[in-house]
Amino acid sequence: MIIGLDVGGTHTDVVLVTDQGIEKEVKVITDHADLFSTVLTGLEKITDGIDHTIINRVVLSTTLTTNAIVQNKIAPVGMIVAGGPGINPEHYRTNSHYYCVAGSIDHRGRETEPVNIAEIEKIRDQFKKDGILYAGVVSKFSVRNPQHELQIKEILGESVDKIFMGHRISGKLNFPRRIATAFINAAVYPIHKEFFEAVKGSLTQKGFTMPIHILKADGGTMNFDSSLDFPGQTILSGPAASVMGSIAFSHSDQESLVLDIGGTTTDMAVLINRVPVLNPLGIQLDRYKTIIRSMATQSIGIGGDSYVRIENGKLKVGPERKGPALAYGGPALTPTDALAALDIMQDLNKEASVSGIKPIAEALNLSVEQTAQKIFDQTCGEIVGHCEKLVADINSKPVYTVHEVYEDYTVKPEKVLVLGGPAHHFAANLEKHFNLKVKVVPRWSVANAIGAALARTTCEVNLFVDTERGKATAPEENFSRKIPSDFTKESAIKIAFDLLEKKAVSRGADPGDLVMEVLEALEFNMVRGFYTAGKNIRIKVQVKPGLIHGYEQISKR
Amino acid sequence: MLRAKHKTGLVFFPAFDWAISPTHPEREERLLYTQDQVFEEGILDIEGIEEYRADLVTVKDVQRVHFCVPSVWDVMTESHFISAGGAKTIGMAVMDKRIDRGFALVRPPGHHAMRVVHGARGFCNVNIEAIMVEFLRQAYGIRKVAIVDTDCHHGDGTQDIYWHDPDTLFISIHQDGRTLYPGSGFMQELGGPNAIGTTLNIPLPPKTSEEGFLHITENAILPILEDFKPDIIVNSAGQDNHYSDPITNMNFSAQGYAKLTSLLKPDIAVLEGGYSIEGALPYVNVGIILAMAGIDYSRVREPDYNPDRIRQSKEITQFIEKTAEAVLAIWKQRASLEEKVRGNTKIAERKRKLFYDTDSILENQKESIMVCNDCSGALRIESSSSRGKNVLAVHIPRGACQSCKQRGYEWYDVKPHGFDLKLLQDRCEDKYLQDPQEQ
Repeated sequence: MIIGLDVGGTHTDVVLVTDQGIEKEVKVITDHADLFSTVLTGLEKITDGIDHTIINRVVLSTTLTTNAIVQNKIAPVGMIVAGGPGINPEHYRTNSHYYCVAGSIDHRGRETEPVNIAEIEKIRDQFKKDGILYAGVVSKFSVRNPQHELQIKEILGESVDKIFMGHRISGKLNFPRRIATAFINAAVYPIHKEFFEAVKGSLTQKGFTMPIHILKADGGTMNFDSSLDFPGQTILSGPAASVMGSIAFSHSDQESLVLDIGGTTTDMAVLINRVPVLNPLGIQLDRYKTIIRSMATQSIGIGGDSYVRIENGKLKVGPERKGPALAYGGPALTPTDALAALDIMQDLNKEASVSGIKPIAEALNLSVEQTAQKIFDQTCGEIVGHCEKLVADINSKPVYTVHEVYEDYTVKPEKVLVLGGPAHHFAANLEKHFNLKVKVVPRWSVANAIGAALARTTCEVNLFVDTERGKATAPEENFSRKIPSDFTKESAIKIAFDLLEKKAVSRGADPGDLVMEVLEALEFNMVRGFYTAGKNIRIKVQVKPGLIHGYEQISKR
Repeated sequence: MLRAKHKTGLVFFPAFDWAISPTHPEREERLLYTQDQVFEEGILDIEGIEEYRADLVTVKDVQRVHFCVPSVWDVMTESHFISAGGAKTIGMAVMDKRIDRGFALVRPPGHHAMRVVHGARGFCNVNIEAIMVEFLRQAYGIRKVAIVDTDCHHGDGTQDIYWHDPDTLFISIHQDGRTLYPGSGFMQELGGPNAIGTTLNIPLPPKTSEEGFLHITENAILPILEDFKPDIIVNSAGQDNHYSDPITNMNFSAQGYAKLTSLLKPDIAVLEGGYSIEGALPYVNVGIILAMAGIDYSRVREPDYNPDRIRQSKEITQFIEKTAEAVLAIWKQRASLEEKVRGNTKIAERKRKLFYDTDSILENQKESIMVCNDCSGALRIESSSSRGKNVLAVHIPRGACQSCKQRGYEWYDVKPHGFDLKLLQDRCEDKYLQDPQEQ
């Protein structure tokens, strides 16, 4: 049995699932000021009366790190950044203890300027003086050669508690995003560590010794131990939880849109053959563009409780939320009130809704009923518009080969899955606006927690081979090997898969349930003069996000 | 946070699966390290820099510019449809005001492709800038266009296409044709009798460095552009003037290219040549992109950049100063030069032999142009190649006068004609005919 827990804006949902379906579900109110007690209460309630030996693992999706960053409640971080030629790294300053230093690596991983040891030693002493305990070290092209990051780490030595190096964060090329991501990792590290150690501690006290996994923004999980090296990957896991939950109810060989309609926002994502479409680079949180793997999602400020009013003579819905709907005794008009006025939602204070709609009806010179319908239509229309934009964005992703241009694969969703509080009231009207079949996810109220519980452990490996230099490297995996000059792409893929398997298992994956695939396999002849001097091979492999094997029955119950 | 001062669009199409041949300079690997540098610098994340996916050009877009022998499909590969399409995508984004400026970082290149195409010359099959420009003229009604070619090789293809067009100012700066392919682009090449002075060639001596390029830009190109007042400025941004380029002999740098771009302020830049794929292209391209976007590029330099080592000699400096004065003088006297060239000629003729180095084809051309006071003149070309095709090609220019239009159709309709293929470009009607029909 598996426990899945997802901390939401209003409620925290917890489920206990078996291979037969949902065994038990609980909801507790989220206390943002005390997430620890929220999570613990949820876990206590779900395990109440359950034999602790039959629980295999618990998967948590929390807003802890996300909130810490958005509210700027983060630890002081020391950043050391080596840029070399190019854009001045000062532009990517993340915080005040941010130092741009000498040292440069080129695009093939060759050192073109050494690290200045005395410069780093001075910064180390400054960190000590400033009481800095967590540091980020990032050099340009460290994913091709991590030598400078390792050297700087060595010089910092024991003067700080934890160092996050750029080349361990991602194998993708994007220096500014590695800087932002190293910073985020270092900034949330202490609170993340403290929080989950406390959760683990109290579970142990109660006799629960199952492993704790944490949900990531790409809809995959990692175990607690590896999360200490990548705490930043826990940001924005909430939308991912809902999407993963709806996978259980989607069909293979189908492209679907997933809409999570909440009170304040609607989050949307795309599934292809039960696999979420991922963002090619990484997720953005607040002002930080990161290289953290995530789903391609779009979030808009429209939901059941969005503030409805007339602005410059025009009807406007959201993005603010003033409070609950008038029909629930709230302060301002909302789409929920339109539903109450149209009798789509019943047993509410319809009079309050109608009296809220009246002034708008007068301003628009329409009847109350027409106005309610107009509010509802506009709400659905804007959601549909943003979905179309998300699909267009996914489809306009540039490609770099003739083959891909002519293949011209485009996503065309055939079905829409909706979940969230107001979802089932919206479904019929959304269907009209989409002109697609809209289906409400059956266990929508806890789909997010189900998603967390059943998400597979995911990860990615990037391998870079340069036969002229006789090297295969995957700095992110701390891997470097000498290779012969006749090394092939096939051998490279094999090494990449071996590394991926090792990585996935160490992050908590079930070795029998690894769904691995090649994302990219490029091979270039390197010609110098008029002779082929070697091959440049680039391999990217991943464990696909998806549901763990053996729990497919969940949708049947 | 980093923000572009000018909203800048990019089409990046490295054609990672296309090469002329495995060890050819124009091969899959060419833009690999440029892509690495652009991605690693995070350029596509910068606020105000937008990446677009390349559209494809249509057959008609190609016919608007070229007489393709035996057909468009025979001279184009899929990759050419995309690289020309990349330029078109950027051009449209500029005209639609979605961006202020744009750079099509695409391959294969195009500036050696002339109006008649029997095959590939200088790694080029079709002229991607001309295809874009003529599309923009057709779709957006712009008239005056300036194309500044900063590739190290003379842009002889673009020159040929716009030789008779007074609405297109073509300026090429390049390494002296006596020392480099294609061996043309001398100062006295000024355009046809209807368009003297709107083709300008500025040959520079080998080992010209930053000083020389920037001097020519500030003292010849910019004043001429200001005088011509084009609706748009296109830069054929070849990058083989670089000191590390393996097939040329100049001493330009990434800093130099970036400064030149800031001075030139092109609306649209299109990549042309540049074959120092590791040592130059990654840095030059980053420099050009940042300069277009109006972002500080002062730290963009090659790892081995040493301005003292590549500095040009005093003699070169003096020579270039004189060249700038001479070019400016030609520009100012272009009206009287045109009068002299025209004399009383009604139909001007020239005969040429053209060699297609990439495909080893020899072409013989006989060109006749109506010398006209009212339009840029109907153009008739007889062309035969070593591949054995004997072709008649007639071009009726945009805004052609009634008599040139009529003359064009008379040329085309002549019977019996004895040609293997007849082609007609009627740019007034945007109509393209051939006889026999598609073979």
